[in-house]
Amino acid sequence: MKLHEYQAKQFFAREGIPVPKSGLANTPNEARQVASEIGYPVVLKAQVLSGGRGKAGGIRLVKNDSEIDSASNLILNSEIHGIPVQRLLVEKAVIFSQEFYLGIVNNRSLAKPVLILSSSGGVEIEVVARTKPEKIEKAAINPLLGLQNFTVRSLASRLGVDYVLWKPLQQISAALWKLFDHLDASLIEINPLVVTPERSLVALDGKMTIDDNALYRQKEFLELADQAVETPTEQEARKFSLNYVQLDGNIGCMVNGAGLAMATMDCIQQAGSEPANFLDIGGGATADKVAAALSIILKDPKVTAVLINIFGGITRCDEVAKGLAATLPGLQRELPIVVRLAGTNAEEGKKILQQYPRLLQADTLMSAAEIAVRESRQVRV
Amino acid sequence: MSILLNEEARILVQGITGREGLYHSQRMHAYAKNVVAGTSPGHGGEWVLGDKVPVFDTVQDAKDSTQADTSVIFVPAFAAADAILESIQAEMRLIVCISEGIPIKDMLKIRTLLEQSETRLIGPNSPGILSPGKAKAGIIPDSIAIPGRVGVVSRSGTLTYEVVQALKSAGVGVSTCVGIGGDPIVGTSFVECLDMFESDPHTDQIILIGEIGGNEEELAAEFIMNQVTKPVYAYIAGRTAPENRRMGHAGAIIEGSTGSARSKVETLLRAGVQLFSYPEEIAEIIRI
Repeated sequence: MKLHEYQAKQFFAREGIPVPKSGLANTPNEARQVASEIGYPVVLKAQVLSGGRGKAGGIRLVKNDSEIDSASNLILNSEIHGIPVQRLLVEKAVIFSQEFYLGIVNNRSLAKPVLILSSSGGVEIEVVARTKPEKIEKAAINPLLGLQNFTVRSLASRLGVDYVLWKPLQQISAALWKLFDHLDASLIEINPLVVTPERSLVALDGKMTIDDNALYRQKEFLELADQAVETPTEQEARKFSLNYVQLDGNIGCMVNGAGLAMATMDCIQQAGSEPANFLDIGGGATADKVAAALSIILKDPKVTAVLINIFGGITRCDEVAKGLAATLPGLQRELPIVVRLAGTNAEEGKKILQQYPRLLQADTLMSAAEIAVRESRQVRV
Repeated sequence: MSILLNEEARILVQGITGREGLYHSQRMHAYAKNVVAGTSPGHGGEWVLGDKVPVFDTVQDAKDSTQADTSVIFVPAFAAADAILESIQAEMRLIVCISEGIPIKDMLKIRTLLEQSETRLIGPNSPGILSPGKAKAGIIPDSIAIPGRVGVVSRSGTLTYEVVQALKSAGVGVSTCVGIGGDPIVGTSFVECLDMFESDPHTDQIILIGEIGGNEEELAAEFIMNQVTKPVYAYIAGRTAPENRRMGHAGAIIEGSTGSARSKVETLLRAGVQLFSYPEEIAEIIRI
């Protein structure tokens, strides 16, 4: 789960990482109020979970009261990479002479968290990695020991960072590690971390991603959760513990297992169409869950055929068949539904489904995909 | 022969009194008669599987009494890291973690501990290991495979079953089928499994089943190019997956330029691997 900049900065402030004075605003009036409290100049920053906000016009410097209405209106009425802006962070503008990047991110191949420092902050770290790799230094952190001060010093030294900044860098890094570790973050970054004329460090922008697997023990985030990236159907699927991702195609699919669900999507494409969704009903799915999954697929108006591919392991095909049978009478839409059952209790499942002639059965995955694509072409939307 | 698991394995099931733990213990025991113990805190002293298999409170007690050497974990996500650590502490030879949803932080600590341990971990979020005709540790349906000389390694569960059943329908048998797990951080990598298959005199060919996310397949390709002499076939799932969306498995996500199916397919092709484009196609292209 990704956090907004203002949320990340609240955590930074809690751990003593210097951040500019700021306040949130939902309207131009609120923005003016915040600005008068913290004093001009201020920076207005769109709070959307998207990179490249500056280039998209989501960040503006405002020098006085006369400019703030039009500037905040402009941002609040805009979309950034398709996401409507609903909230602004109004923040005291900071004068600075230098920009760093400081972050901690889990590295999959090393299986370690990695501390990253760059003397070329203010741009995306991936871009720096491509264009000026000599400006980035990294070090793995032993998760059993935690981040050590010498690790921070070694990065600062290799990058030739001014010695007066080493101590504040150590302090900020230690605070970042504490947040990373305590909050089950998978990524936390300050970019830029700027040097003020007084030679102190201030976090101007912040990003945090929390490991979804850890949300059960990081309950404060469940309230903060911003579902902006999810469609309403995706949110409903989550209520049934279904893994559903909406896509652009027209063949809805329901599969048990994530890898097989992706393979089924790929087969649909190979058969000449595109998948409307990814949907993994998980292991041991019950009749109820199958019914919920089918109704969720059919909510997508683009769907012109449904492909159900179940390879029974923990999941029993007869359970799935019962779930489907129970759902059929209540279905709002008369679309072709192709079912392919294999593995545990497949024969029992197929027998149950034979009583429902509107369900088309297939023996193999690829033939099921071909039938679904062919049948979908007979359907008028 | 086989890799990781053979007829000598003595299996201990952590979480044996739970619904899934008990069901799959029955299946494993029916297959190879090698489930020797189970654990379930508070259930020590009970017996399961027709009163033939003793239940203990702790892994150490179970190991001391039964010489179990392989742990198979079926506990809820919040207890799974603890269960793995308990088996590492008891110096089990092999741990197979079926449970999914372990926080990454816990897995990073476990991986760091494993560096100094003799224990091997498969998973988490793994369907387990099946050495047909010998033993199974996990949930892979045993009816889908026949004994043979093809090694299978995969990041998925049911997708692997598709491939293995397609092999069976073509009369092709399997030496060992290993699911390394769908999480971003797992105990054993593709490369380690390829290395074991390459050294196994009873494996002639290898099938690798990968998916989007991370760079495990790219590392596997490099290893295959330099170290593997046996023919390798591969399938990569997720050609139609969008960027930056997690596809069910915590590890299945394309992040920026990392983890796309195209990159994996191209790298494997360059390493001389024969790709198949849908699961059942393996039956048509494999040469025995």
